[in-house]
Amino acid sequence: MSEPTTMTYRDAMREALRDALATDDRVFIMGEDVADYGGTYAVTKGLYEEFGRDRVRNTPLSESGFVGAGIGAALGGMRPIVEIMTVNFSLLALDQLVNSAATLLHMSGGQFNVPLVVRTTTGAGRQLAAQHSHSLEGWFAHVPGLKVVAPATPADARWMLPTALADPNPVIIFEHSGLYNDRGPVDPESGPVDIDRAIVRRPGDDLTIVAWAGMVPKALEAADELAEAGVSAEVIDLRSLRPLDLPTIAESVQRTHRALVVDEGWRTGGLNAELAASITEQCFWTLDAPVSRVAGLEVPIPYAKHLETAAIPQVADITAAATALVGASP
Amino acid sequence: MTTDADPEVPRARVSGNHDVERRLLGDMIRIRVFEERCAELYAESKIRGFLHLYIGEEAVASGVMNCLQPADGVLATYREHGHALLRGVSAESIMSEMFGKATGCSGGRGGSMHLFDEATRFFGGNAIVGGHLPLAVGLGLADRMLGRNGAVTVCFFGEGAMAEGEFHEALNLAALWNVPVLFCCENNRYAMGTSLKSSESQVDLALKAASYALPAWVVDGMDVMEVYRATTKALAALRAGGGPMFIEFQTYRFRAHSMFDPDLYRDPAEVERWKERDPITTFADRLVADGVIDDSDVDAMWTAARDETEAAVSVADAAPIESVDTLLDHVTRPVEPANDPEDPEATDPVVPGDPGSGNPDDVDEVWP
Repeated sequence: MSEPTTMTYRDAMREALRDALATDDRVFIMGEDVADYGGTYAVTKGLYEEFGRDRVRNTPLSESGFVGAGIGAALGGMRPIVEIMTVNFSLLALDQLVNSAATLLHMSGGQFNVPLVVRTTTGAGRQLAAQHSHSLEGWFAHVPGLKVVAPATPADARWMLPTALADPNPVIIFEHSGLYNDRGPVDPESGPVDIDRAIVRRPGDDLTIVAWAGMVPKALEAADELAEAGVSAEVIDLRSLRPLDLPTIAESVQRTHRALVVDEGWRTGGLNAELAASITEQCFWTLDAPVSRVAGLEVPIPYAKHLETAAIPQVADITAAATALVGASP
Repeated sequence: MTTDADPEVPRARVSGNHDVERRLLGDMIRIRVFEERCAELYAESKIRGFLHLYIGEEAVASGVMNCLQPADGVLATYREHGHALLRGVSAESIMSEMFGKATGCSGGRGGSMHLFDEATRFFGGNAIVGGHLPLAVGLGLADRMLGRNGAVTVCFFGEGAMAEGEFHEALNLAALWNVPVLFCCENNRYAMGTSLKSSESQVDLALKAASYALPAWVVDGMDVMEVYRATTKALAALRAGGGPMFIEFQTYRFRAHSMFDPDLYRDPAEVERWKERDPITTFADRLVADGVIDDSDVDAMWTAARDETEAAVSVADAAPIESVDTLLDHVTRPVEPANDPEDPEATDPVVPGDPGSGNPDDVDEVWP
């Protein structure tokens, strides 16, 4: 076991990409401005200089076209990593992701799998308003045939990619735009992480908080505040949004008897609703209170800082909901 | 630029024994017979869902598919029975697929619109109009990046796809990246019931394609030799390292769009005019007139095609259906354990999550 080094989420992702390019000739990156520009969020910065234009391939602004080309290249034996600048732009490629990537294996009776990795950013917090800030990962988690993961730490940003590339199925990696500058320990040799499994980030006894992506650091901060008030919160980082690791969540809730789901996305029909329903189905007889949810308000994300902040879950919202949940009794 | 097929190529590419002509005619007849039977089977409710017949357009598939090599990839539309058949997917497995049987070429998951076959690199059977064009670009890109020199990807689509954004994105990418893809537009003049002139501001489709800086031709899609000659020429250029090309094959479907279509948008006289140019009878008559074959040869082709189709129907009828227990198979493919020859103790860090694998570790669809 080598010593962990501290690096940012952005650098960890870049290191993962560099490693993938260096170790597998079939891997190439494509997307808008991933080469000379280095990517909108500077994740691919420097890779084109190192690996050349063929393997760090700029595309025109054609999300459907280049995601479809990624599917075709995957069918043809490559291991493409397609970067879509933001989740909002992924909607322009929804046809390819839902009608092709997710269906080809089943529709072909198991003959044609699509080993495609798509990376895109999700989430608000950078004042990018209503066409660059949404949290739509739950939409993709709805679709059989896709796998959806969301790294919340630099270590997961570093080590989820090799697992995704080893997967014979299409995997979408949602990187939260607010996490890129977060620093954390990354073991340079820990190896690929099991992307099908949630992880307990902080153990606790009084309630279970389930979060993912940008909500994980906020949930952990809320857990710190709750601890000061004498409430012991267990925080689960979902990591994989499809498939859902429900056993890990159920095991936790059956111990704590209370569950709070935190979702930056909208409440109605959101992944938070799926989790709340599933927890209720599985843990109903051990719950001491109804499952609670903190979710984004039902509004397109606004530009002004104070409005944006109010539109998405904050630490205080999580703390308040957790406090109310712990105080609730039948 | 829009040009006609190269006049330098001799009109009758006649080999000594006329194998090419025989094959082109025989293959058109195979499609025709197979599909006429499909229409009957639809009426008998043996085939359900959507059924789109290619009758009238057989010269395009026959002319193009006969130019392909095993290493080539093919993507087609939902009107693809004939393309699959000529690619070498057996009539039995195609018919079984349409019967929804386990032995169908897509395991009963695809049906008429989604025929797939890995062995012959037949990538569907795609029913989102225009959606498969970007896939063709990616397959061509993979051929380039993996050094599979000489391999090409052929992508069929209707003229209706040219109104889709994905057509434009795909042609732009293909030209930018110089990938070996032949885009075959089967212009049958109607996107379901919408005529070309009411859906395209520019009805010169080759001109439209040529705006992406790739060679584009118009070819008479009712003349199988013209199709064959143009495709031969295009693929020779692609196999030699050339970039993408586009051919508009002008053709016509004699039947309605699908079995649900009452065909109210076309003048019956227009359909009859096109039927006078039936690609099978006109070509057969020409070959007989030229003394290349005689009537008994043509009769033998029809007989062979009927035998092939009837055998397929018998096999499909008797074939087993897929067990419902397998319903969730092939949603995701199980992850293969990683093999590290250096470390015999190494275990796969990834837990398979295939909801249909029967693996007790599955957590996707089922609670523990």
